[in-house]
Amino acid sequence: MKSPGMDDRRATIESVFRSESGRIIAGLIRVSRSFDLAEEAMQDAFAAAIVSWQEGIPENPAAWITATARRKLIDYARRERTRRNNEDQLLYEYESRSCVIEEEMNRPFEDDRLSLIFTCCHPAINMQAQIALTLRTLGGLRTSEIARAFLIPEATLAQRLVRAQRKIQQARIPYQVPDARALPERLVAVQAVLYLIFNEGYAASSGESLVRSDLCAEAIRLARTLLELMPANPENMALLALMLLHDSRRDARSTENGELVTLEEQDRSLWHQDQIAEGIRLVERALGRRNVGPYQLQAAIAAIHAEASTPAETDWKQIAALYALLEAGQGSPVIALNHAVALAMSEGLERGLALMDKLGACSELESYHLFHAARADLLRRMGRTGEALASYGKALTLTTNQVEIRYLGRRIAELGGKAS
Amino acid sequence: MRYMMLIYSGEDDAAAPDDMRAVAEAHRSFMEEARRLGILVAGDPLQTSATATVVRVEQSKTLVTDGPYAETKEQLAGYYILDCRDLDEALAWAAKIPTGCAGAAGCVEVRPLREIPRNG
Repeated sequence: MKSPGMDDRRATIESVFRSESGRIIAGLIRVSRSFDLAEEAMQDAFAAAIVSWQEGIPENPAAWITATARRKLIDYARRERTRRNNEDQLLYEYESRSCVIEEEMNRPFEDDRLSLIFTCCHPAINMQAQIALTLRTLGGLRTSEIARAFLIPEATLAQRLVRAQRKIQQARIPYQVPDARALPERLVAVQAVLYLIFNEGYAASSGESLVRSDLCAEAIRLARTLLELMPANPENMALLALMLLHDSRRDARSTENGELVTLEEQDRSLWHQDQIAEGIRLVERALGRRNVGPYQLQAAIAAIHAEASTPAETDWKQIAALYALLEAGQGSPVIALNHAVALAMSEGLERGLALMDKLGACSELESYHLFHAARADLLRRMGRTGEALASYGKALTLTTNQVEIRYLGRRIAELGGKAS
Repeated sequence: MRYMMLIYSGEDDAAAPDDMRAVAEAHRSFMEEARRLGILVAGDPLQTSATATVVRVEQSKTLVTDGPYAETKEQLAGYYILDCRDLDEALAWAAKIPTGCAGAAGCVEVRPLREIPRNG
């Protein structure tokens, strides 16, 4: 065993933390029944590693951290027992907790991450706290990093986390994978949290874009973990595929100064082919299970876009068919809008426009800027410049997103109009 | 752990007697099942919020006012206390509670009871 330098040790510790902290903390939470104690023990163990590993980095660093953190948990429980000795009424509670810890220590080390993910994404917890808990425990992100990525004050987020952890304890939110009856619904909630994390990163196109693009990478890592833990579920495959296929376009979807580049205008040579290949493989595997769901349909649509080497080669007919299925399953005005666009591209602009106008007349789409932008787009392709300008103008009045405002302004200028 | 299930219902004076009978019947079978499994601690329906009175003591003066504490669309209409393993079990039971006790359907709020440690 060679004596590693400080930098070596830090790098090893950092990489163990990145790859193993989710698994380690999941086990510690099971043992201690407490997010707080588990986090404290893990942090103490990593801190101890900085000193102890001077002598040499252990063969299995993750096992070393786990063993050290578990010893810390026993120490805490004993310390707590001594401290509480005079407070008789609480003694019983702590006695039983430290017994549990010592008992649990003897159980074999298993992967508790699946229990952890279901607890973090429990619908009884505030949504923002679900996201933060997931990123903190499974992702190993700091509260400050999560707060920055979601553009909320760190103190606010810390408060929310405290409340959520208290609720887990006091309302006894179980630390387990839900039973078969509740599982499908609960899995949908987990998938939704991961997809929300991804979208939060993906929608960012300015400001703290660096931190926020990390959210995409983090969401992909979490989706990979979920698939690893429940490998037979086609929606898990599709969720990962969908993220990979969207993320593959990250370098092409905006210019250096943050201008939006539409799918049609993107330089497809900038798309990351390795992610596309993996995404398509996953979609095909998922669809082979013959148990279709919304993520599979969305991922299949993304895959068709990814497979086209030019915009003209896009198989819009197929995309329209997939949107029709998606609409039948979970009809929403936005899906209906996308379906209309796909029909316009496959069966004729006139038909698409008629459908869109019908949609606008009877749903909340009328006040949605992308509805008017999509409508303007069809009118522009049809050469109906005046009406296109009016629709782009309408869209402009409905959004405050700077990137979209600049994009709409550019479209208006290209048609010879003036953005007011 | 004991959980209190607070049943909030819309209050519909014009509720059809047949509907009310169906709701009462559903409560009876809910209680039956909970009792059989030994988890029913308590449970009662309340008279409508029109019968409510609020008492408040401020600077040792008692102030009595007519009406429920909060004038909301859905009002507290009844409660159960069930002894469940964890929140998931409690939520599964809550989903089975008929909420139309006061006429129109509503929702159930699930709250754990605070266990007060006993001395000796």
